[in-house]
Amino acid sequence: MSETTEKVRKTLARRYRAEKRFKAFGIGSIGIGLMALVLLFTDIIGKGHSAFFEYEVQLPITFDAEVLDVSDPRDEDELNYGNYQGVIRDALAERFPTVEGRQDTRALNQLVSTGAGYALRDMLREDPSLLGETRTLWLLADDDVDLFLKASEKQREDSRLNTKQQQWVAELEASGETRMVFNQSLFSYGDSREPEQAGILGAILGSLFTMIVTLVLSFPVGVAAAIYLEEFAPKNKFTDFIEVNINNLAAVPSIIFGLLGLAVIIGLFGLPRSVPLVGGIVLTLMTLPTIIISSRAAIKAVPPSIRQAAMGLGASKMQVVLHHVLPLALPGMLTGAIIGMAQALGETAPLLMIGMVAFIVDLPAGPLDAATVLPVQIYLWADSPEQSFEALASAAIMVLLAFLITMNTLAVVLRKRLERRW
Amino acid sequence: MQTGNLLLLLVVMVAGAYFVGLRRSYALARPLGGIRHLHSLPFYFAMRSAMWCAIPALVVLGLWLAFDDSIIRQQVLAGLPAELQPTDASSYNLTLSKIQNVASGALPANFVEAPIAAAAENLQALRQTSAMALTVVIIVLCMFGGAWAWLKVSPQLRARQQVERVLQTLFMLCATVAILTTVGIVLSVLFESIRFFGKVPVTDFLFGLQWSPQTALRADQVASGGAFGAVPLFMGTMLISAIALLVAVPVGLMSAIYLAEYASNRVRTVAKPALEVLAGVPTVVYGFFAALTVAPFIRGMGESIGLDVASESALAAGLVMGIMIIPFVSSLADDVITAVPQAMRDGSLGLGATKSETIKKVIFPAALPGIMGGILLAASRAIGETMIVVMAAGLAANLTANPLEAVTTITVQIVTLLTGDQEFDSAKTLAAFALGLMLFITTLVMNIFALHIVKKYREQYD
Repeated sequence: MSETTEKVRKTLARRYRAEKRFKAFGIGSIGIGLMALVLLFTDIIGKGHSAFFEYEVQLPITFDAEVLDVSDPRDEDELNYGNYQGVIRDALAERFPTVEGRQDTRALNQLVSTGAGYALRDMLREDPSLLGETRTLWLLADDDVDLFLKASEKQREDSRLNTKQQQWVAELEASGETRMVFNQSLFSYGDSREPEQAGILGAILGSLFTMIVTLVLSFPVGVAAAIYLEEFAPKNKFTDFIEVNINNLAAVPSIIFGLLGLAVIIGLFGLPRSVPLVGGIVLTLMTLPTIIISSRAAIKAVPPSIRQAAMGLGASKMQVVLHHVLPLALPGMLTGAIIGMAQALGETAPLLMIGMVAFIVDLPAGPLDAATVLPVQIYLWADSPEQSFEALASAAIMVLLAFLITMNTLAVVLRKRLERRW
Repeated sequence: MQTGNLLLLLVVMVAGAYFVGLRRSYALARPLGGIRHLHSLPFYFAMRSAMWCAIPALVVLGLWLAFDDSIIRQQVLAGLPAELQPTDASSYNLTLSKIQNVASGALPANFVEAPIAAAAENLQALRQTSAMALTVVIIVLCMFGGAWAWLKVSPQLRARQQVERVLQTLFMLCATVAILTTVGIVLSVLFESIRFFGKVPVTDFLFGLQWSPQTALRADQVASGGAFGAVPLFMGTMLISAIALLVAVPVGLMSAIYLAEYASNRVRTVAKPALEVLAGVPTVVYGFFAALTVAPFIRGMGESIGLDVASESALAAGLVMGIMIIPFVSSLADDVITAVPQAMRDGSLGLGATKSETIKKVIFPAALPGIMGGILLAASRAIGETMIVVMAAGLAANLTANPLEAVTTITVQIVTLLTGDQEFDSAKTLAAFALGLMLFITTLVMNIFALHIVKKYREQYD
């Protein structure tokens, strides 16, 4: 045995150990990444799933004309100014006859959401014959009651309800006068200061209008730019300059696009703040590089034989592109556009700059109405001090992620179905 | 007429021009013996007249809408009596919004001075005249354009070439949007920054150690003059980015190496897309995770071992940001590692090196420039990342290198300075643009440098 072989033999065990260690580091790294993913999702689902349900309280409500101060339920004005809180107060007092004193009465009245009054008004509008009748109704509970009922035995100790309120709610719960229902208001209302009445419909509509504007602007422009750069652009300095610009824009921080929107689109062109139209324009500028780059890849994938065959039959360059190359490249372009849209849907920072952070209760009806978008709504709720908003924010994140997963799956399916291998 | 209706009308007229052009070309072709005697297909004649109808009208419409409001405003303000003429920018805005509020009916006319009310009426009247004039001009332009196209149609007309040239120009204009965007970004941040540096010296901004952008609202108010020393922000940004890179670079690099060199096909097909999901999660979700889960967790951990941790510690934001850029690092590293030629691996393994030795001594040095480029790109992402730090990092500008304390970053300050109501030309808002300029320049230089390294490296093996 030579000296070298001996030397190698001696170190072999150490080297194999190092090999194993190195491999373990690799597995560990992937483990860290996957664990972070799992943690993120479980944390959000754990926090947010409860917001999809809400608690209601059962109360016998008497639609007393005198208390309501409504003589004719068909009169819209009278109906709107009715004292529905009074009816609820009476019902609560009847349910808990032992409660006395101003402070306690007030505490008692806080158990029911202020939104319950509107529900009563809508019922009365729909069925005017209810006036003077007594019905046993399920009313929306206040968010603190909701939190208390959802909490575990241990968490209940740090509830925001005072001890008396806790007793009353526990009494209602024990006698089956509370129930958990699907949180419809989450999907049918806009933002609200009261967590139990806040919903994400306004934000979803805002996101929808913003995405429509983005798609309508960025897809045609992106495809046209890609066609020009791939098929028509001469090889010169100007074309190189365009390419450098596109590559750099793809890496510019998104907040910079917000500054551009604020200074140019709002400041110079005078478009209004907080509207989906401006948001859509800003997101268009931001997603354009992504769409151009993916569209160019799709055009490149069309084999030159197609072009040559068309040209051989006498088609002009433009006819070759529009009649043959574009239809064949379209599936790839669509996939790129969907991925770009998914990126834009999750974007928050540039929209903060152009004022889409306002507190907006009304549902937007078009791209020129002030609105907010889903990610910004999440940001706003995550920043709110009230604890119920945390669950709402998590629920909104779940909805946002559901949209994103759907879009990305759609892109993958489209790619598999439509893309041709040559 | 409203712009929407006007556009609708325009669409109808263009469609009309298309059909008129189509009919006209068929009518010309019939006596000659069919459309093969025309130079171009009838479709191109029709498209040509539609373009003649649409393009001049659209150009005028665009210019009109872009400039009419500012011209009308000038006119209205010029009509005010001398004592109401605005003297500086803020009174200009105030007067203008007063007039606009009266005009829109938000403010009753008897609440303001008579000249303002008159100006509001003037504004209304001018706006109506402008809208009327625009409608007339657009209709006339459409008709003239269409008529011109109709008149020029002849069998020899090279309609296809003309249409194709217009289309090609249109495609080129779309491609130049990228240039316009860059120019827009540069000009908007540059102009506002120059105005900012007119109020605050550049050296104070770049080298000052104190950041407190609260300026006095009125001249006589007793308040701090506002300090705009951005060094604490630069330090904070660097601290958080460094933490993020400390997490992302080792983890991302090792995952890429494992996936490229060790993993079986089955593991790769599952683990790779799963890691890429991390890149698809919106940043606001990471921010939520950092602020409401990671930060309290770190704080609790610190308390249990007797450390004082700020509730908005740099560590929480940095850690989560690191998780966010793991897939970014790993996919870039994967690209460069797989680009190393197989011959180099085979040579090293053939000499008796173990796999890890091959990776450490052969592949890694060969891939190093590409990996460095990837790390630079990741760093520029970390510097420009906004939502995580807005939600999880603090607002107080501390000049510290302790990751357990709260620091603030450039992006956080831009968001804080610009959200909510503000005047457009106070030093406070202008400071945001100066910070934006710094951010833009830094990330641009890093990106160009990174792309340069990556490109140079690739040429070695291809």
